[in-house]
Order: sequence, then structure tokens, then C-alpha cells
Amino acid sequence: MLELRNIDVYYGNIQALKNINLKVNRGEIVTLVGANGAGKSTTLKTISGMLKPKKGEIIFNGEKINNLNASDIVKLGISHVPEGRRIFANMTVMENLEMGAFIRKDSKNIEEDYEKIFSLFPRLKERRKQMAGTLSGGEQQMLAIGRALMSKPKLLLLDEPSMGLAPLIVKEIFSIIEDINALGTTVLLVEQNANMALNIANRAYIIKNGSIELEGDPKELLKDESVKKAYLG
Amino acid sequence: MEQVFQQLINGISLGGIYALMALGYTMVYGIINLINFAHGDIYMVGAYVGFALTTFFNIGFLPALLISMAVTSLLGIIIEKIAYKPLRKSPRITALITAISISLLLQYTMMYFVGPQTRTFPEVLESKSLRFLNGNVILDIKNVYILAITLILMVALQFIVKKTKMGKAMRASSFDLEAAELMGVNVNKVISFTFAMGSALAGAAGVLVGIYYNTINPLMGSLPGLKAFVAAVLGGIGAIPGAVLGGFSLGLIETIVSANGGSVFKDAVAFLILILVLLIKPNGLLGKTVKEKV
Ligand SMILES: Nc1ncnc2c1ncn2[C@@H]1O[C@H](COP(=O)(O)OP(=O)(O)O)[C@@H](O)[C@H]1O
Ligand SMILES: [Mg+2]
Repeated sequence: MLELRNIDVYYGNIQALKNINLKVNRGEIVTLVGANGAGKSTTLKTISGMLKPKKGEIIFNGEKINNLNASDIVKLGISHVPEGRRIFANMTVMENLEMGAFIRKDSKNIEEDYEKIFSLFPRLKERRKQMAGTLSGGEQQMLAIGRALMSKPKLLLLDEPSMGLAPLIVKEIFSIIEDINALGTTVLLVEQNANMALNIANRAYIIKNGSIELEGDPKELLKDESVKKAYLG
Repeated sequence: MEQVFQQLINGISLGGIYALMALGYTMVYGIINLINFAHGDIYMVGAYVGFALTTFFNIGFLPALLISMAVTSLLGIIIEKIAYKPLRKSPRITALITAISISLLLQYTMMYFVGPQTRTFPEVLESKSLRFLNGNVILDIKNVYILAITLILMVALQFIVKKTKMGKAMRASSFDLEAAELMGVNVNKVISFTFAMGSALAGAAGVLVGIYYNTINPLMGSLPGLKAFVAAVLGGIGAIPGAVLGGFSLGLIETIVSANGGSVFKDAVAFLILILVLLIKPNGLLGKTVKEKV
């Protein structure tokens, strides 16, 4: 479904990604784990069009997308939940979800989809009229995911959904990610919290200093001594 | 007592005009973090378009107002596309200097074509005064028009910003441009739309000022432009209700100062207030206090 081929990305003169090759198949949960500053967020931003690769190409469902604008890439079915959630704190929960559905024209189905989001995240329903900035961190993460789902993505990109959240909330969110995947959305999950991510993923990549260091079955990686030492604390 | 009422009426009319202009500053700032110093000159162009339409084409007040708004909104879109868009990723100081250049360009281009002299706006509204309190308070029908139009425009703006898809995209973009883009919002369209709205309001303010003070000239936008900027900062730049509050407050304060023998100082007072408010509330009266939650 998604393929990154020999991707190089620079911030000015500084190279952040070096020859990244990565694949996500339909229906999978793929995780990309790595330390802080390894290039995880840069990878997702490059896929969603916020950054342009200097070299290489990104293919999504047979189409080359690395020259498209971020706003056009959403329309093709890739939705990016950015690091730090980036919800619209000045708008209500409901308005945030409406923004998620911005590209859609099928207003009748949109109404039904709000209900679907609320059944995934009942807490958002209670708070639908509340300003999004007043939500707790976990609720903001739920809103960020719900908002991204409102565009009906085929592929969901999640950037560190566990960041700064209490372990119990992280567990809840990861179980919802599995539900979302079971309902038919492919997921590319970026995490520093490697343990949780490797536990729910079908396949995994480990990124270090802008390069893919390892690729494989997450169950194997969880057992690998060097991985354990470097990423699982 | 009558004095107070009279000043209240004048202050509110003036404040409404500042508020209309302050809205443009604040909306543009909210989205691209630019103080559009050409905004006062867009207002000047609006006044001239209104003047030309009513004087030479004998067009009525309301159609002239609407056409002026359309012309200035187009002007705003063009200025953004030509002058600011190429600088979107440049340091803000570069864009700010460009804005000042555009301001001068508009002033002196207008002067080249229409001459530097002051023009008299025609009496497009029949002058009628309503007298209250034994004739001690005079309410010119112009004040009523100005206030009514100001309020209608503000309500319309509020509706667009709160209820329409474009308005929501505007609010989202002003909070987080990148996140809005991730929702599929075409940021260029939103920015154009913002300039169009802000400039239309400035154009309307220009026509209203023409009617209120009867005179216009190519440099008329400088000082009111600066004061509207003060009003926007006073209210909290980036906050739409702040611009309205700041505009009306400034109009009232100015009228009160000049009515109490301070007409020479009234402009200085505007800036003094700005400095004081910013010392106490750096974000302005209704400014955003961004609170990050983890
Ligand atoms: N906007 C930026 N400008 C310059 N360098 C950046 C920028 N964003 C990230 N980087 C650098 O790129 C590298 C990868 O960062 P990032 O993708 O954010 O890492 P991760 O998400 O894995 O923590 C880091 O060395 C970081 O310092
Ligand atoms: Mg990151």
C-alpha cells in the first residue's frame, strides 16, 4: 500500500534521513521505533507531505506522492496524527472533528461517522461542546486520533501517541489503535515506547541516526538482546 | 450628563471604524503572523473608491459601499499574492518591511493619480439630526448608519468565522497552520480568504469615514491604520473579539480625551494606553494565553 524507496531528507544542510526503505501492506500495523532524534517524525512528515525528500520516491497505492502538497495527500487517504497531538485548542471537540472531515463532501455519512468516533472514544462524546484545549492529555490524544479518522483514511500515521501519558491511558489508547486496525485501517505507528508498539505490530522497523537499522518480526525483536538493551530499557 | 451622552455617541462611531480596521490586522496576524502595515492604505483606497462611485457615477451609498468592499478585498488578495506570499518562509521582519513598502507604494501611487489635495466626500446620506434630552444631545443620522453598518459587518464576520467551513478552516489555521494543512485545508486559499475579508472590512471603514468626516486624502490611512493596529494589540492581537473591544475602547478614550481639552494629545494618548496595557497584560485584553497540556 505504501512504499518509501531510498528516501533522503534534509533540514537545510543537515541530513535527517538516509536512504530509508520502508513498506506498509494493507491491513497491517507497522511500527517504526527508535530513540529521540532518530528521524521517526521526519519520516512521517515526509510521507504526509509536510517535508519533501531530496532523493527517492514515495508510492501510495501505485501513485507517486512525494511531490504532492500535504492537503492533497490527505485526499488520497493518508491521515497523519502529528507528534504532540496538535489539536485545535481554540475550537470545540466537535469542531475539531469537523475539521477532520474537512475534505469530505458526503455530509450524511459524516454525521454517522461522528457517532462511530464517539463509540470508539465515549469520553469525547461527553465533552463534544467543550473547548479542546481544556481536555486532559489522554483525551487530547483521543481527539487527535478521532479527528484524523474523520477523513476516512486508508492509512493512519501515528506519531508517538503514548507521549507524556500515564501508563493506564497508554494501554487504553493502544487497545483502541488495535480496534481501529481491526475495523480496516492500516496503521503506521511511530514510537519511542518500543515495548508497547512492538507488542501490537505485525512488522517493525528500527531507525537509528536517520537510517533503518533493523527490520523484522516484532516478536523476534522483543527477544533480541541488542534491541532489548537499546530500546526496551 | 448630556455631554457624556454626546461623547458616547461620537466615541462609539469612531470606535466602530477602528474596530472594523483592527479586525483585518488581527485576522491576518492570526494566520501569518504579519502586521500588515498596508492595511490603513487599503482603507484609504476603499474611501477613494467610495468617493469616485458616489461623486462621478452617482451610485447610491449602499451599492457604493459594497463595490468598495469588493474592490478592496481584491486588492488585499493581490497584495498578498504578489508581496507576501513569496516571503512566507522568510523572517517576519522581511515581510514587515515589505508591508511598510506596500503602504508607501499605495499612498504615493494614489497621490500620483488623484493628487495630494483633500477631497470632499459628497453628502450621500441626507443629513438629519435627531435631538434628545431637550435638544442637548444630537444624534446625527450618520452615526446611526455607521454604527448599524459596523454591527452588521461584525455579525456577518462572526457568522462566517464561527459557522462556515471556510471560517472554521481560518480559525484552525490561525491556531496551527501545519495541523490545518494535515486536515486537507488549502492554506493558500485560507490566507487569500483572510486577506479578502480583512480588506473588505477596511474598505467599508474607509467609506464610512468618508461619510463621517467628509474629507479624504491619499495619506488618510496612516494614522488611523496605526491606531487600529493599537486597537488590535490592545484587545489581544489574533483575537477577533479583542479587535472589536480594542477598537471601541480606543474610540471612546480618544473622544473623551479630546472632549476634555486634550484634543492635541488624543493621538499620544492612544499610544500611551498601548504601552500601559502591554506592561500589565502583554497579551492584550483578550489575548491568547496558550496553555500546553501534556
Ligand atoms: N525543523 C527542524 N530543523 C532542523 N533539524 C530538525 C528539525 N526537526 C528535526 N530535526 C533534526 O532531525 C533529526 C530527526 O528528528 P525527528 O525526526 O524529529 O526525530 P524523532 O521523531 O525520531 O525524535 C534530529 O537530529 C533533529 O534534531
Ligand atoms: Mg518525533
